Parts: sequence; C-alpha cells; structure tokens
Amino acid sequence: MAAPLCLFLTRPRLVWLFALIASGVAFMISGILLQQVMASGAIIYELGGWEAPWGIEYRIDLLNALLLLIISAISTVVLYAADVSIRQEIPADRHTLFYILYLLSLSGMLGIVATGDAFNVFVFLEISSLSAYALIALGKDRRAIWASFQYLIMGTIGATFILIGIGLMYQMTGTLNMEDLSKRLPEVEQTRTVFTAFAFVIVGICLKLAMFPLHLWLPNAYAYAPSIVTAFIAATSTKVAVYLLIRFTFSVFGLSFSFTHLPLQILFLTLGLIGIFAASLAAIYQSNIKHLFAYSSIAQIGYMIVGFSVSTAAGLTATLLHLFNHALMKGALFLALGAVMYRIGSTQFSQFQGLGRTMPVTMAAIVIGGLSLIGVPLTVGFVSKWYLVLAVIENGWWPVAVLILLGSLLAFVYVWRIVEMAYFKPALASTDTIREAPLSFLIPTWTLVLANIYFGIDTRLSVQVAQAASQSLFGVSP
Amino acid sequence: MLIGLYNYWVVVVLMMVGFYIVIAHGNLIKKIVGLSIFQTSVFIFYISMANVEGGTAPILADGIEQYSNPLPHVLILTAIVVSIATTALALALAIRLKEAYGSIEEEEIQNKDNLDC
Repeated sequence: MAAPLCLFLTRPRLVWLFALIASGVAFMISGILLQQVMASGAIIYELGGWEAPWGIEYRIDLLNALLLLIISAISTVVLYAADVSIRQEIPADRHTLFYILYLLSLSGMLGIVATGDAFNVFVFLEISSLSAYALIALGKDRRAIWASFQYLIMGTIGATFILIGIGLMYQMTGTLNMEDLSKRLPEVEQTRTVFTAFAFVIVGICLKLAMFPLHLWLPNAYAYAPSIVTAFIAATSTKVAVYLLIRFTFSVFGLSFSFTHLPLQILFLTLGLIGIFAASLAAIYQSNIKHLFAYSSIAQIGYMIVGFSVSTAAGLTATLLHLFNHALMKGALFLALGAVMYRIGSTQFSQFQGLGRTMPVTMAAIVIGGLSLIGVPLTVGFVSKWYLVLAVIENGWWPVAVLILLGSLLAFVYVWRIVEMAYFKPALASTDTIREAPLSFLIPTWTLVLANIYFGIDTRLSVQVAQAASQSLFGVSP
Repeated sequence: MLIGLYNYWVVVVLMMVGFYIVIAHGNLIKKIVGLSIFQTSVFIFYISMANVEGGTAPILADGIEQYSNPLPHVLILTAIVVSIATTALALALAIRLKEAYGSIEEEEIQNKDNLDC
C-alpha cells in the first residue's frame, strides 16, 4: 500500500524517508508477531472476513514469523543506505520509481511468507518477481537488461510450473487452502496426479531457489543490478523460495509423502552437494567480486538444500539457521560491495588492490563477512555449519559431513583471494585518493556485520526459534 | 479416453510447443511468444478442469441450475493479468535491449558482451 503513495511525494529524499519508515514499521510488526506466536501459537487472519477454506487466510506460525522478521529487518537496514547508493547508480528521475518497485517487491515477499493459501502464494510470488525483474534492469551496465530478461524468462517458467502444480492439487482435492490441502491430500496421495503436482511444484520452487542445475539466472542478475538491489534480493528472495520449499513439503504434502514415496532425499542431497562444489569452484575464478559472491550464494543455498534433505528436525533446524545467518552475511557483504562501488565505481577484482588501506572499515566488513561464509567460530557461519554437520552426522552420513567441510575450504580460497588483493598489494594510482565510504553506508553494513558476530556468540534467539519452528513442522505433519 | 480428454491433449501439446520455443529460439520476441503460449496452455488446463458436465457459464441467471465451477475461472483471470504484466515487462526489456545492443538476437547480444569483456 505504501508503494503507490510514493508517487505523490515528489522529492526523492522524502520518498526515501517514507520507504524507510514503511519498512521499519513492517519490521516492528514482525517482531511483535514473532513474540506473539512464540507465546500463544499460530495466528490466523481471514481476508475480507471470508472463512477458510472458501476465503483466503493468512496463517502465521513460527516458521512464517521468523521469515517475516528476516525479510523486513534486511529490507529496513538495506534501505538505509539506499538514498546515497542510488545517486551514483540510477538516473535521478528514476529514484521514485526505484522506491516504488522496492516496496512492491518487499510487500510481495512478505505476502508469500504470510499467506496460508496456495494460489495466493503464486500471486505474491509474481508480484515480488516482476518488481525484482524491473529493479534489476535499473542497473547502469547494459548487461543488467539482459540479466533481467534471462531472469524473467526462467522465473516465469518456474512460477508457471508452480501454477500447474497448484492446479493439479486443486483438481484432486477441491481446495486451495494449505491446511485444508494437507488434510485432504493423504486420501488421494497415491495417484499419478498428485505425484505430478508435487514434481511441478518442487521444480518450480527450485528454479526460484537457484538450486544447482537451475541456477543460471543468478550470477548475472546479482552482478549487474544496482548494489542496493543486489543486497536486498540476495538476502531475501532465495530465502523465501527455501521457505516455500519447506512449507510445501512439510505442511502441504506431508513428511511421509514427500520423502518416502519419491527419492527426494538422495536427489536433493546430490544436487545440493554438487551445487556447493561447482559454485564454490566457479567463485574462485571470477574477476568481478559481485559475480564471486553470487556464486558463493548458490553454494550457500546448496548447504541449505543438504540440511533440508536430511529430513529430520535437526536438519531442518540447520537449514532455518543457515537461512537466517546467510541473510545476515550476504546482506552485509553486498552492502559493503555497494560502498566500494560508490567510491570506486566498479567491483572488478583488479580494482580491489590495496583497498585495505584506503577503505579500511569497509574492507574489514568484507573480511568478517567472508570469515562468516567460511564458518570461522565467533561468526554466525560457524553456528549454522556446526548444526548442519551435527544433523548430518546424527543421520549417519559421515562422507557428507566431510564434503561440507571441504566446501568450507573452497570458500576459504576465494575469500583469501580478496584479502590478499586488498591488504597485501599496494594501492593502484587511480584508487589511491579515495576516502572511506560515507556513514550512511557504513552504519547499515556494520549493523549487519555486528549482528553476524552477535548471533555467532549469543545463539539463543536464532537457535531457539529455528528449533521451535522445525519441531512444530514435524509435529504437524504425519 | 483420447477423444473425451481432448482438452488435456491440447494443453500438453501447447505446453511443450511453448517451452520448446523458449529454449530453442534465440530471437527475443520469439522467446516472449513461446512464454505466452506456455502460459496459455496452463489457462486452458484450469478452465477444462472447471467444466461441470452439463453446466453452463458461471453467470447467475434465472432458470439455470447447473453452473461450471467458477473458482478456476477466477484464478485464471488473475493469472492472465499476471501474464499480461510479464509480457509487457518482457517487451519493454526487449526494446531497451534493442537500444543498447542494436539487435534482438540472443547470440548477437552475447557476442557483443564477450567482445567487451
């Protein structure tokens, strides 16, 4: 609702303030919702007063509330730096449009997470996706337009697959409400239609997730979009897709159906592991830092998929933890890259030479973010890798644990490349005179970095919520 | 079975044709057309699903007792709107690509990018 109102405010500074307030209010509300849900259980809201299953209902349980918190928090923090950042990257007459699209994308993602109706998921998915395509196309480089087009084609195919799956489910059960579906699907589970529906929905979601073979849109989309857009989308849109995956396999189709009738465990485990290695290896050879971190994101999603494939409460806890932590990590990293982009005007690897001396605070943020990606103790990355390895070992899959640790080694290689370039080489003549990034960049970046460290040391909140959420999901499904 | 499920055969054919066009053709406009055909097949699928034997269009009128299921029709209206927005956005991107690269062929665009790198 805040998005169209932006049109009435003419001065870009005012629009930014308005968007920031809207996002901040969303954050506060999701914090309150999380507290309420933890205290009293799921909250249900019926749209327009129509009772479910005829009406659309919004159902907030622990999983939702956690996601809502993450998305609105990242959105507010990233938006804080937006005013300064887009002055360099987007023509002045498009600033208002940028904020409108940003708010639309935010509301789309919040909607996907909050809703309890399957078709409503599709609607909000398309809202957030379309605004994301437009946001990415705002990038300065002309390759941004091509990246946006490619993302559009692949994203629309994914969303249409989800639509087909929902249609098939509706055909078999006559309802679109997720909770109702979970009650009615077990009776018709063994039919080919439901298998097909499941397949379509999973493939569609995996396209949006950027799971290994379906990840081709991600590197270009992240690299050429404006920095704020990358920071926002990298930290939120794939998480929302992971949420959808969890929601559909656990709450709608049910645990026993999803994992016992189809070899989903092996499939996701294999694809997740291949994703981790292929993407980490690709990251090592990139010449553009944004591309590097985009491939790193694909690898991190691989970790989440591996945690998901374990299909025990511990595995799901690890996935949810990593979801939370990765949002913090990548948000911080891409914001710091945005600061570099603001000062230098490029994120090419060669330009990073000697940056440790000229922009020490920003580089320190990148280093800590990188340490988090590797999984060094004291950062959140360590916490989620720890839980992931624990969950995998609990299941008896020793080789997988070894492979996960090898993946961390690869992450170490590409982070070290950046550190070496920035700290151990002399500054280039062209970048010697630049100053540190402006405060409006440093504050949000370091907020996220400090959150990284804080949640790495005091893990009570994140672990508690993740564990409670996964327990409740396992309790609900048969 | 073949004749009775005629609608669904059309759906499958259109879906595969649309998907193939998106993958196989390099021309951007053809890709967008393929995407459109792909989405249209899904619409036909939903509406065929909604048909009730002997039912008429779901518009309230006197003297008619049997209606087709209106819910999928409504869902498809939403999906059509989404599809229009997507096509419009895709076409706008294609125009900008033409301005930036001078071509709407995928290969030529990628060649120009490779030359730049």
